[in-house]
Amino acid sequence: MREFKGRVVTPGTAKAEAVVTHNGFNTLASLQKSLQFGDKTAKCTDQNNPDLYGKPLAGYALCLPQTIGSTTGGMVLYCACAMKRQPACMLFANQIDSLAAAGAILAEVWLDDVTMPVVDCLGDEFLDYVKDGMMITIGEDGMVKVE
Amino acid sequence: MKLTEQQQAILDGEKGEVMAKVMKTLVMYGEAFGAEAMVPVTSKYNHLVTSFGLGVIAPVYDLMEKLIEAGAVSSQQFSADPRPLDGNAPANFLQNLVFNKFMYNKQEFYEGQLEKLGLMDKNAFTCACYMDEVGNKPEKGDVLSWSESSAVVYANSVLGARCNRNSGIMDLMGSIVGYVPYFGLLTDEGRKATWIVKVKTTKKPEAQLLGSAVGMKVMEDVPYIVGLDKWIGSELNDSACTYLKDFGAATASNGAVGLYHVENLTPEAKEQGEALVAEDAKVYVVDDAELARVKAGYPIMWKKPNTKPKLCFVGCPHMSLQQLKDWTDKVEARLQKYGNKKVLIPTVFTAAPGVLQEFEKTDYAKRLRATGVITSYICPLMYMNNPLCAKMPVVTSSNKLRTYTTARYFTDNEILTLITRGGRKS
Repeated sequence: MREFKGRVVTPGTAKAEAVVTHNGFNTLASLQKSLQFGDKTAKCTDQNNPDLYGKPLAGYALCLPQTIGSTTGGMVLYCACAMKRQPACMLFANQIDSLAAAGAILAEVWLDDVTMPVVDCLGDEFLDYVKDGMMITIGEDGMVKVE
Repeated sequence: MKLTEQQQAILDGEKGEVMAKVMKTLVMYGEAFGAEAMVPVTSKYNHLVTSFGLGVIAPVYDLMEKLIEAGAVSSQQFSADPRPLDGNAPANFLQNLVFNKFMYNKQEFYEGQLEKLGLMDKNAFTCACYMDEVGNKPEKGDVLSWSESSAVVYANSVLGARCNRNSGIMDLMGSIVGYVPYFGLLTDEGRKATWIVKVKTTKKPEAQLLGSAVGMKVMEDVPYIVGLDKWIGSELNDSACTYLKDFGAATASNGAVGLYHVENLTPEAKEQGEALVAEDAKVYVVDDAELARVKAGYPIMWKKPNTKPKLCFVGCPHMSLQQLKDWTDKVEARLQKYGNKKVLIPTVFTAAPGVLQEFEKTDYAKRLRATGVITSYICPLMYMNNPLCAKMPVVTSSNKLRTYTTARYFTDNEILTLITRGGRKS
């Protein structure tokens, strides 16, 4: 078990199994088709991401360096939250990027019954350590426990 | 973040609850990046990425409705990304059924919302809004609240405007309030290059392939590109701008680039040169072998990789007027070379409605029609999101389209051969 301290972008606590990508997470390519065609598990459909392709994302602790790609990314993430198909939490090794930040903040401000805690700045060591299937617990203070 | 009295009053609810929430969203957005202030949006027009009335994104329409009902609309008019539907684009009965009944069944409703929110005009739908024929071209130094990754990277890099890679919805919020948080690509420091890309190819690199390689390498960082002016010149003429449009779109979709500098060419690089490069910048060398490696790494999503293509898209991002003319010449010449009169694969060239209107006024339009090529203002990406279209073997010279769909990427030259000579491609 190891603990990593990050910065809270949107608050909340969560306990969920990890899914990990070492490449940038392309939000549109990953989530759009799942949202569009009723896949409640939100399986990743990004053909360019071998770490996540085909894996369910809804309800998992998504561990990533940053998001990339289309500027619909934040809007897609907001829709995933509104439709309750979002990851349980998002944990960024780097500082969060502008698209993911937009999605998480829009959900936090405009949706009443949805929480998706987001912690960033966890460092490269976090992504080196965490593996698919590990249990993640995050606290209100941005402390992330990986076991 | 330190707000002005006026900004604080909006946050405190002086202009109503909805406007307060809009301001709160922008403040939280800025605070996530350490912004200490909000700065006025100075461009004449805004640009939005969300142009599609996809039935399942009801949460977006709900939010838009809240804004409209509260009168929280922008004083700035805006253009938006391309429409997802156009009768010109080939589609069979079942594909059309899926488009109209199951996918974009909210298109009319959503366009109505956009008009209420400040759409420039009924045809202001294109990802290349900065074309002269469209008229949304910001000035150097303008502060924008735009989204659309390819438009943002073009505005920052080629036009010298200042804009972060804003998400859909966030784009509108900055415009409604009239302020955006000051961070990232709005700041001098954020516009410094942390990568030097050395182009050492033996011929002019394919714009969309070079962009892909750079995007995948630098991700969201700012690259300073050396050696490209050798191939595309040191003046921002039509040809160079077209190249940079396609190059930038690939950097932004294959990575997350919001700004690049090209030595001796782009405005800030011309003014400041290597002073734009951060002290500890990393170096990435792109030669012929590197481009070949990147291209070979693209996954092929077709069920049968050597099947004959059924459709070809050129124009993601949308083509310029000169690009349409150049491609007309090239298609004609190649058809003549292979002894054919019309293209052998249904081919669609996409451009902004305004650009297509101008194109229609030229002799080229008639000549292009004679080759069998179709023109359309559609968004090829939205077309390919139809699962019945995604099953088709579609080819494209767009690395953005390749990234998000099952379309297969080929260079411009390979595309020309495919559509004029025909045959299978493995």
